[in-house]
Amino acid sequence: MLSIRNLSKSYVPGKPVLKSISVEIAPHGITAIIGPSGTGKSTLIRCINLLVEPTEGEIVFEGKDIAHLHGQALREVRRKMGMVFQEYNLVERLTVMENLLTGRLGYTSAWDSFRRKFEQSDIDHAFKLLEHVGLASFANTRADALSGGQRQRVGIARALMQKPALLLADEPTSSLDPKTSVEIMQLMCGLAEENQIPVMINMHDVDLAKRFANRILGMSEGSIVYDGPPEGLTDDKLKMIYGGEGWLA
Amino acid sequence: MSVVHAATTREWRRFTPAERLARYAVYFFIVAAVAVSAESIEIIPEFLYDAPEQFADMFQRMWPIAWGFYPEGVHEALIETLDIAALSTVLGLLMGIPVGFLAARNAVPVPVLNYFARFILVSTRSVSTLLWALFFVAVFGPGALAGTCAIAFHSIGFIGKLFSEAVEDANKGSIEALTAAGASPFSLILYGYWPQVKPTFWAIALFRWDINVRESAVLGFVGAGGIGMALDTAINLFQWDRVAMILVTVFVVVIIAEVVVTQIRKRII
Repeated sequence: MLSIRNLSKSYVPGKPVLKSISVEIAPHGITAIIGPSGTGKSTLIRCINLLVEPTEGEIVFEGKDIAHLHGQALREVRRKMGMVFQEYNLVERLTVMENLLTGRLGYTSAWDSFRRKFEQSDIDHAFKLLEHVGLASFANTRADALSGGQRQRVGIARALMQKPALLLADEPTSSLDPKTSVEIMQLMCGLAEENQIPVMINMHDVDLAKRFANRILGMSEGSIVYDGPPEGLTDDKLKMIYGGEGWLA
Repeated sequence: MSVVHAATTREWRRFTPAERLARYAVYFFIVAAVAVSAESIEIIPEFLYDAPEQFADMFQRMWPIAWGFYPEGVHEALIETLDIAALSTVLGLLMGIPVGFLAARNAVPVPVLNYFARFILVSTRSVSTLLWALFFVAVFGPGALAGTCAIAFHSIGFIGKLFSEAVEDANKGSIEALTAAGASPFSLILYGYWPQVKPTFWAIALFRWDINVRESAVLGFVGAGGIGMALDTAINLFQWDRVAMILVTVFVVVIIAEVVVTQIRKRII
């Protein structure tokens, strides 16, 4: 499905943030990436859909190396990957429905997007997703009138509007309270399973990662130092990922 | 306790000696600049002493204001002025907004285009409306068309600069999300940037219209139509009561424009 080979990224030459990372992602299941701040988790996720251009290595998606695509070819790959963000990244002054439809922009011609003309099947799909995320009555509410949890629900629905083959999530719950975090994870993982989409999630919360993921990648200083099931994530392994031990209760 | 206090008294100054020296240098420079400027514009003291008398004289000639002149000589020119202001604002927006987008480094990440757009913004703005008017009067002949084009071209720089700054301040997150969804650069502008800068767009449009009403009032002096032409004629014929009438009209229109713009802005932003 997705195979990352010897991926490196340096924002400043000579100071790599990602150091030759290789990992295979299966066509189903939820993979959580944990690790301390500044260790390259966000960069890794953003390299997959090329929001950040890798310095070296291959990203093989559906049998093709996409690491150096540009223009139209790049947009055609991106629209197959949905992404959910920590700060939701909605267009605040557009309505919920308009935000959902922006998920279809990769499939809409310039002229149709200028006329605000979207396929009826997309609009039907949007209403169905809004029901799934519990915001059916909010279609015409502006995004800036929603709470954090509601906004992230819109964020998830927008990502699924793309009918993606892969779902990426960058700290999707870090701006939310503990209860809403669990609800958002349940919603996102449930919808992904239902639609058989593999998910890659960056997380700060180790317990939440253990609870929802069936595979954990532990990162430290730009490398993957743990790759295995959540049950194998012992205190020793956590020390290896995060360093120190005073924080372990 | 107090003993400890006395022992640890330390000196504190807001500025270092070098900073203080620099500040005095700046004060000195300002005073010197004022002195040199006053010297070079050669103020003639006699004219200065004479000024109150001249003022009084002029007001005397302006009074009583020729109210009757409004319907026969001012009204039509005033309407033309307002037409010039409105039309030139629309034209300026049509030309200025695309250039503004081109100048924004985030919306159009092509440095060559950014510099090209910035060049247009700076050059249109640095040529004053009166110079543009002289140019267009030469091209189109005297009249409202020349005035409209003059104000429109001068507006490009103002509109484009403020607009490109608003675009550059747009929230990056929304743009990143649309990029990740595979949106094209055109869709990014339409769905990512435009909704975010729309309030600024209306604020700029209203503000520029407000400025253009005043600009178009003086353009008549160079033959570019509007109320300024009536003002120019009245001054040349020493009809000071008519001049007063025209000045009162401009004053009232500017105040009305100000009130209207403030009210509209309150409602849409």
